[in-house]
Amino acid sequence: MSEQPSTPTIVASFKPGARADIAARAELSEIDASTRAPLMLFLVSAVLWLIVGTAFAIISSYKLHSPGFLGDIEWLTFGRARTAHLNAVIYGWATNAAVGVAFWLMARLSRSVVRHGGILLFAVALWNIGVTIGIIGILKGDSTSVEWLEMPTYATPLLFIAYALVGAWAVITFRYGKSKHIYVSQWYILAALFWFPWLYSVAQMMIIFAPARGTVQALVNWWFGHNVLGLWFTPIGLASVYYFLPKVLGKPIHSYYLSILGFWSLAIFYNWAGVHHLVGGPVPAWVITAGIAASFMMVVPVVVTGINHHLTMIGSFSALKYSPTLRFIVFGAVNYTLTSLIGSLMAARSVSETLHFTHFVVAHAHHGMYAFFTMVMFGAIYYILPRILLREWPNATLIRTHFWATAVGSMVYVVGLSIGGVVQGLMMNHTSPDGSVTYTVLQVVEATIPYLFSRSVAGILITVGHLAFAVNFFWMLSKKPVSQSSAPTLFRNPEEMELAAK
Amino acid sequence: MNRAPLLFLGIFMTLAFSWTGIVLINQISYGKLTPVYDETEGKTFPLTPTGLAMQGKRVYEDLGCIYCHTQQVRRPGFGVDDKRGWGDRQSVARDYIREGRVLLGTMRTGPDLRNVGARYVGESGREWHIRHFYDPQITSPGSIMPHFAFLFETRKIVGQPSPHAIQRLLPADYQPPLGYEIVPTRRADALIEYLLSLNDSYTYPQESRYIVTEPEPASETSGAAAPTTEPAK
Repeated sequence: MSEQPSTPTIVASFKPGARADIAARAELSEIDASTRAPLMLFLVSAVLWLIVGTAFAIISSYKLHSPGFLGDIEWLTFGRARTAHLNAVIYGWATNAAVGVAFWLMARLSRSVVRHGGILLFAVALWNIGVTIGIIGILKGDSTSVEWLEMPTYATPLLFIAYALVGAWAVITFRYGKSKHIYVSQWYILAALFWFPWLYSVAQMMIIFAPARGTVQALVNWWFGHNVLGLWFTPIGLASVYYFLPKVLGKPIHSYYLSILGFWSLAIFYNWAGVHHLVGGPVPAWVITAGIAASFMMVVPVVVTGINHHLTMIGSFSALKYSPTLRFIVFGAVNYTLTSLIGSLMAARSVSETLHFTHFVVAHAHHGMYAFFTMVMFGAIYYILPRILLREWPNATLIRTHFWATAVGSMVYVVGLSIGGVVQGLMMNHTSPDGSVTYTVLQVVEATIPYLFSRSVAGILITVGHLAFAVNFFWMLSKKPVSQSSAPTLFRNPEEMELAAK
Repeated sequence: MNRAPLLFLGIFMTLAFSWTGIVLINQISYGKLTPVYDETEGKTFPLTPTGLAMQGKRVYEDLGCIYCHTQQVRRPGFGVDDKRGWGDRQSVARDYIREGRVLLGTMRTGPDLRNVGARYVGESGREWHIRHFYDPQITSPGSIMPHFAFLFETRKIVGQPSPHAIQRLLPADYQPPLGYEIVPTRRADALIEYLLSLNDSYTYPQESRYIVTEPEPASETSGAAAPTTEPAK
């Protein structure tokens, strides 16, 4: 982020009109305004998919401890409801939010007014039609049963075309940008926009359209599956943290060089890590070993990025009391560090022997996708929306409810299900002194049910949070715009803030 | 300072690296494994699944069985797959070459199914699957597997009762009303046929050198156990 002559106070940062660089502000406003139509389409679809995905999540979670629930409806059998949940939140919520946020950041950081917004409008429409068709396909029984690529073949080409349009647009915006400097956030976004179509097209070709023979498919599957997290969502999540953390705090990122190191080490190591999902499986052992090594090397980018963010935050933690954006972003950033370090450990063969094939992995996936990525996206949306709609969030209590319900809910989810996974793994592998297994599979299932139940409780909390968010979101859309220099939504009023932020 | 070309080159090279290493090299090195003809058995392994079993695999895929059941046996000494009776030997890459889509799975909410066809065999195996699919509580009380009664049809008996009716296999509280019978749909038949066909008991001469049959004494701590020198039986 660009150096300011003197570090402004938080209040100054929060009050755009009060600053001297009105020309720059006006330019930003113009850029923001140009992003409005496509961005709103991305965000509205994201929020709708979030609600749909949450509904499927609750159904699936409940079924796993009470299997009779809605048991006669074939469309909602566990294997389909769970898959509909995954696809709705990954391709519906997370990707819509990610592309929306990424493209807004791109326009702002390139200092480029959106050109050819029509391309984006068309892309977002096509994308959401594709996701809808895909999820209906899964529910009616056309799932491919390839993890993370379940959508049937009649939906995925739509997604690919939509995606290609977004990618082309991003390159145009970058090329026409007026900014001389390439910001850290832009590295991540450009990389993610380039990596995702490569991963997606190779995986679609080698697994679905022209399947490779045998377990090569499994390697492609996890090269893709893990990289969707590592090279698509993670970079956009980190790009958001790198942008919003300094932006809200009004001070630059601690170290430019740490961000370079963090970026390149992530780029090099993350894309090898995925094959740790096949530890012990019928694939060449050297690939697994390479994947485990890469998973361990992921400690480098994670720790470097964590330190960089922490040193940026240091001295400004009191701002967490006031800014909703900061609260979500910091929660997400902390969980990025945690979930990544846990992930590195899980890759070890000795750990994997126990935890592979258990609920621990599910908990870990939600730790990354939810407690990190989704929370960062929430934070970003809280910042972006008032700026493009020129109106404020209607209700701070709803924001507070959203934060606490999702923060507590996600932690209950992760902790509860992780313990359940450890219990499951230990019991599954436990042998009696005579060498026979101690517990039957049914006994293991019985022991995990309380933890599966805790997930449903967590799910209800998270649902409450999402409903609060959705109500606030659509309430905001229905409000009338206020003047240009509206005050941002804060949990407390600025007078109090000025004292505290000194 | 604009180093966009360098940035793009780096972004390209990093993914190209793993794409080459994970996807390309493996496709070249073992993407063309072939079935093995065994002269003593007079058959080619892995066996070609029957048409009905292949249809059953589609049912397995569309119902999402993979999200709770793996189809891969880990080597003895790494986990306890062998002691659970999930397979005498570890799964090897050649086992999967005749499956259009490979369904290794990553989750064991339920047991591994790679050799379920060796555990539930023939007519009694088929009957067990029918009871289990109709409601898992019949055979496995406390199971959290969903019931798949929707794969069966309860219909009015018209003329002769169907020879395929299965209500005789079900407990009293599952009996249809008088004058009705329960028959499996084609999808149920196919799915069960598929499960009966899952059986990797044949050991390939080539792979036998690499297959661990007995737990290594020290393998608990050393991650990768060395292969035994003795061929598997």
